[in-house]
Amino acid sequence: MSTNDEKSEIRIMKGNEALAEAAFRAGMQAYFGYPITPQSEVIEYLMEEQPKHDCVVLQAESEVAAINMVFGASGAGARVMISSSGPGVSLMQEGISYMASAQLPCLLVNVQRGGPGLGTIQPSQGDYFQATKGGGHGDYRLIVLAPSSVQEMADFVFDGFRLAEKYRTPAMILTDGALGQMMEKLQLPPAGSLPHTETTWATRGKPEGKERRIITSLFMQPEKMEEVNHQLQAKYRQIEAEEVRFEEYGVEDADVLLVAFGLVARICQKTMQLARQKGLRVGILRPITLFPFPSKRIAELASTVDAVLTVEMNAGQMLEDVRLAVEGRCPVHFKGRMGGMIPSPEEVLEAVEEVAEKHNVELSR
Amino acid sequence: MELPPITNGFELVYRKPQTLTETPMHYCPGCGHGVVHRVLMEVVNEMGIQDKTIGVAPVGCSVFAYDYMNIDMQEAAHGRASAAATGIKRVLPDRYVFSYQGDGDLAAIGTAETIHTVNRGENILMVFINNAVYGMTGGQMAPTTLLGMKTTTSPFGRELGLAGHPLKITNLLAQLPGAYYVTRQAVHTPTAVRKLKKAVQSAFHYQTLNKGTCFIEVVSNCPSGWKMTPAESNKWLEENMLPMYPLGDLKTPAQTMN
Repeated sequence: MSTNDEKSEIRIMKGNEALAEAAFRAGMQAYFGYPITPQSEVIEYLMEEQPKHDCVVLQAESEVAAINMVFGASGAGARVMISSSGPGVSLMQEGISYMASAQLPCLLVNVQRGGPGLGTIQPSQGDYFQATKGGGHGDYRLIVLAPSSVQEMADFVFDGFRLAEKYRTPAMILTDGALGQMMEKLQLPPAGSLPHTETTWATRGKPEGKERRIITSLFMQPEKMEEVNHQLQAKYRQIEAEEVRFEEYGVEDADVLLVAFGLVARICQKTMQLARQKGLRVGILRPITLFPFPSKRIAELASTVDAVLTVEMNAGQMLEDVRLAVEGRCPVHFKGRMGGMIPSPEEVLEAVEEVAEKHNVELSR
Repeated sequence: MELPPITNGFELVYRKPQTLTETPMHYCPGCGHGVVHRVLMEVVNEMGIQDKTIGVAPVGCSVFAYDYMNIDMQEAAHGRASAAATGIKRVLPDRYVFSYQGDGDLAAIGTAETIHTVNRGENILMVFINNAVYGMTGGQMAPTTLLGMKTTTSPFGRELGLAGHPLKITNLLAQLPGAYYVTRQAVHTPTAVRKLKKAVQSAFHYQTLNKGTCFIEVVSNCPSGWKMTPAESNKWLEENMLPMYPLGDLKTPAQTMN
């Protein structure tokens, strides 16, 4: 494979490193973070490479401090990223809520590990609720992107920054320890391809003769606070209308629809192959954006399949959104592993076969 | 708003700087916040750096500081003003950045951020208002509340065995190599206000040198929280607060050089 673009290169990298390199290429101006497994390679890579770039990279004393540094830098108009894993992301929730309310863009990265509590450092999808339902206090949402390859670990950095700045809201890449740690071939996105957006709202020093800028999430009058809430909700509705992304495989003739995101969506591709060899018509819908959620497409497919099987590395979190989308059009089942365990294609196949048997799904030969 | 230079035959010698807004302050009568706001904004005005200064307001009574200071400002989460100020200064190193926090904000919930901001020697000014109570929430005990001092959460007086000692965080910060200038001032008398202004002038000037953190504690009052008249509170401050929190420089640039 050859490319004429010198800035765009083929490499073999860890997911965490690909994400970090992509952040530089996306024109990131500041990164604040705190080490936590399984994502410490992000800050290590950034520190190592920082001298080549015009970018602040600072190790904070805690995730609490780090997210508030992000608040300050974003409020000053910089393109900012922060990364962590479950326990650290929990510590950031107050700051994320403030940023959503103050309408500050930033890119958050959660390389999920098994929980709850200190949990384990193995991959998990147990932070789906936290990422997609708000996570901190008050009515807000994050734009949530779920990569399923090292290529997407890099590509979604660009999408994350672009969406965060377009809507002036925090966006999150929700990935996991396996995607962060595994190495794959990828084509690095070219540097300088993401233009910087206007930040006339940012506090960079009051321009002479112009109004000062205030970044705040405090609106003491309930009438005003409700108005701010209406603004936020209108923004989230617009995001739902315009930014839904998903992928599908083999849904045209599917009798059983697998719904899975991130790493699990790739495992399900192998399951689909195994199932189809046995004559079971299995298809996959993979949400790429977890918020906004591809509810409409899932509802359409629910009318054409015999059953849906949601597969996740948690106790059934996206499952609730799938059920809300399906609205009883067909039965919805769940297969999950928890605590850092990854389901094998074969055990997902077993679950598919159980579902097929239960609903008398016909074989295709 | 231009004020007439001559009023009733008297010459106008003093006026509100244009770096303060027209918004009436919400502070209680006799509260020190208004004076400190004014001193800060006078210095910004006199130095001609209104367009290069960014302030960070805390959570507490001075949460609305941005309503009064006519400059670009951010409102930080409780305790995190110095972290937000760090974020601003790191991406805009040529601007003047200051944080403004009370005792609960800076010395309780934000202790880690406070210490590490100074230890990194962030090139900002941190203003610390110490009035020994949580004013905004109704006069609860603060980390700086004196032993025996009555608050709504130490109704029989702060007891050592239960609540420990008052935290002299400014003394602690003066030990850190990242601190460039650390001083403790007050606003209970005209002389004290003039001294505070000198300290603020020095601190803003030092920020251009890029040598480390400037930290100004202002020992202040809380007539409402202390349940005193303004005059009583200033007297009480002098007799009770100052022995525990004596005024003066704790670290000056000359000492930093050594």
